[in-house]
Amino acid sequence: MSDTQPILEVENLCTTFTRGGVALPAVRDVSFNVGKGEVLGLVGESGSGKSVTLRSILGLSRRYGDVTGSVKWMGQDIAQMPERKLRHIRGRDIAMIFQEPMTSLNPLLTVGLQLTETLKAHTDMGRAARRDRAIEMLDHVGIPAAASRLNEYPHQFSGGMRQRVMIAIALAASPKLLLADEPTTALDVTIQAQILDLILSLADELEMGVILVTHDLGVVAQTCKKAAVMYAGRIVEQGDVRQVLRAPRHPYTVGLMRSVPQDVPPRSQLYTVPGTPPSLEALPQGCAFAPRCQGRTEGCLVARPPLATIAQGRSVACFNPVTDAQGAAA
Amino acid sequence: MAIIQYTLKRLLLMIPTFFLVMIIIFLLVRFLPGDPAIAIAGDRASDADLAAIRERLGLNQPLLVQFWLFVTNTLQGDLGRSILMRAPVTDIIYDRLPTTIFLTVYAVSLSLLIAGPLAFVAALNRNKWPDAVIRTVFQVGLSMPVFYIGLILLTFLAAQLRWFPVGGYGDTFIERLHHLFLPAVTVALYTSAIIMRNLRSAIIEVLDAEYVQFARAKGLPDRLVLGRHVLRNALISTVTLLGLSIGNLMSGTLVTETVFAVPGVGRLMLEAIFARDYPLIQGLTLTFAVLVSVVFLLTDLFQSTLDPRMRLT
Repeated sequence: MSDTQPILEVENLCTTFTRGGVALPAVRDVSFNVGKGEVLGLVGESGSGKSVTLRSILGLSRRYGDVTGSVKWMGQDIAQMPERKLRHIRGRDIAMIFQEPMTSLNPLLTVGLQLTETLKAHTDMGRAARRDRAIEMLDHVGIPAAASRLNEYPHQFSGGMRQRVMIAIALAASPKLLLADEPTTALDVTIQAQILDLILSLADELEMGVILVTHDLGVVAQTCKKAAVMYAGRIVEQGDVRQVLRAPRHPYTVGLMRSVPQDVPPRSQLYTVPGTPPSLEALPQGCAFAPRCQGRTEGCLVARPPLATIAQGRSVACFNPVTDAQGAAA
Repeated sequence: MAIIQYTLKRLLLMIPTFFLVMIIIFLLVRFLPGDPAIAIAGDRASDADLAAIRERLGLNQPLLVQFWLFVTNTLQGDLGRSILMRAPVTDIIYDRLPTTIFLTVYAVSLSLLIAGPLAFVAALNRNKWPDAVIRTVFQVGLSMPVFYIGLILLTFLAAQLRWFPVGGYGDTFIERLHHLFLPAVTVALYTSAIIMRNLRSAIIEVLDAEYVQFARAKGLPDRLVLGRHVLRNALISTVTLLGLSIGNLMSGTLVTETVFAVPGVGRLMLEAIFARDYPLIQGLTLTFAVLVSVVFLLTDLFQSTLDPRMRLT
């Protein structure tokens, strides 16, 4: 898989919510590893279970639903760990940044407090040291006049600046793994690149592993070492990012790739994957992608293809994987 | 700085409010049916006696003159003499007001003590049995009239078990807490039901907020997540409601103080109304208006200390 020893090993992670008596399988049998300093891209459409996967890793989903499978952090299973113990891993070892900078910071508390309370929870720094560290972090993520902004409230910051604040908070206690849940989706395009560069340079500097959830394949291509493609709660394709993107084997990945406009003449119709993702309440019996798949066979509608290893560190869940020739033609 | 400016602005805004309140009080009392002169001198008084009384009270003057006298005297702290008590209204109110304020603060504190923890228990166990039990009990409390609950408590806890006095006020602080426990609890049961319902749903909403998830993701202990992140945000809407409930509670003292024989301004108001004691009614109404305005001002101030976004406006 990877040459480094994995710090996070997720195995058969399943998260099920229940709404009105109906079970919603949001995440199904998700397995992957992240090594030290490694960047994993988790790709998929909205509702494919990417965010829930991240929240399940940190134990945030279990209040709302049923989480099974194992999440091993440095060899220790944290999936069933009691909150009291888990909180020492949250924020200190594994940190998370959320998608919406507008709603993810507490509107009633100063930015300084929201930053230093993390330090207080995980370190034995004194008040002055925490303050210094907070200024250092804000400075580090590119917030001008950091010292004077500690006493300001989130509503006094712009969206991009709030996302920087959130990154500063997440990284304050020097975590070893960062879960980034679409950290740039809510931001202007110009700010997006800045924030992404910031996360990656910090990750590099701190030798921090990153799971980057995104629906932007361009971002994955530029930033990640490994990629996992999710569809309807399952990983359908996984492997080295270059292999996955250059020679996709799953028809859904092929479709995603084709949806990125490349070398198309102006004003031409953009490609979309036909159909819509299935509702979690009524998943098809066989492969969840089969109804939208052009290469489906009878078997696809009856049985669900398992995620099978096809090469070193490369796996695909498809009975009829796309060949290089087909992929190139598409 | 901003908060001082805000307070001053609010205080200035209270001046026109009070002027309006004074006009309403003045007119209401004069248009009430019944003649104060007859109330003082009795049904069989001669016309000459009645005229003399009207002369003494200034009731024979034109309305505008009467109003001018009312306003100028009020501003000098002179609310006239009570017909019923034969003493200056200001002195009587000054004498009775602390009891009512004590009772109100007591009742509000009890309400918060009851509603706060139970709202948390209910919200954290949403749709499970503790939530169901708490909500049902409060629903029953809400649907019973205050005076009825008061009478039940009086009958059992005071008259039969003799745990509490049937009426009166007490001298020391502890004695007051003991004497006023039943009336305070009676009022608190109702108020806490309203606050509990509101706080419960506010907490439920805030618990799912992204910033609470983020606070958990930061690895904060539960105590901080709930106390700092959840409670503060949930309190914002509840504080507004609390202010309004205190307003209601003030007028509720008319009933409570009468049922429990508490010598406060609420019972005094009822007595004044029965005796058609105009100066006393006017003075008391004005007092209530001031109290309610002060409570609203305090809730707004408290809210702006809670929520920085409110300080700008």
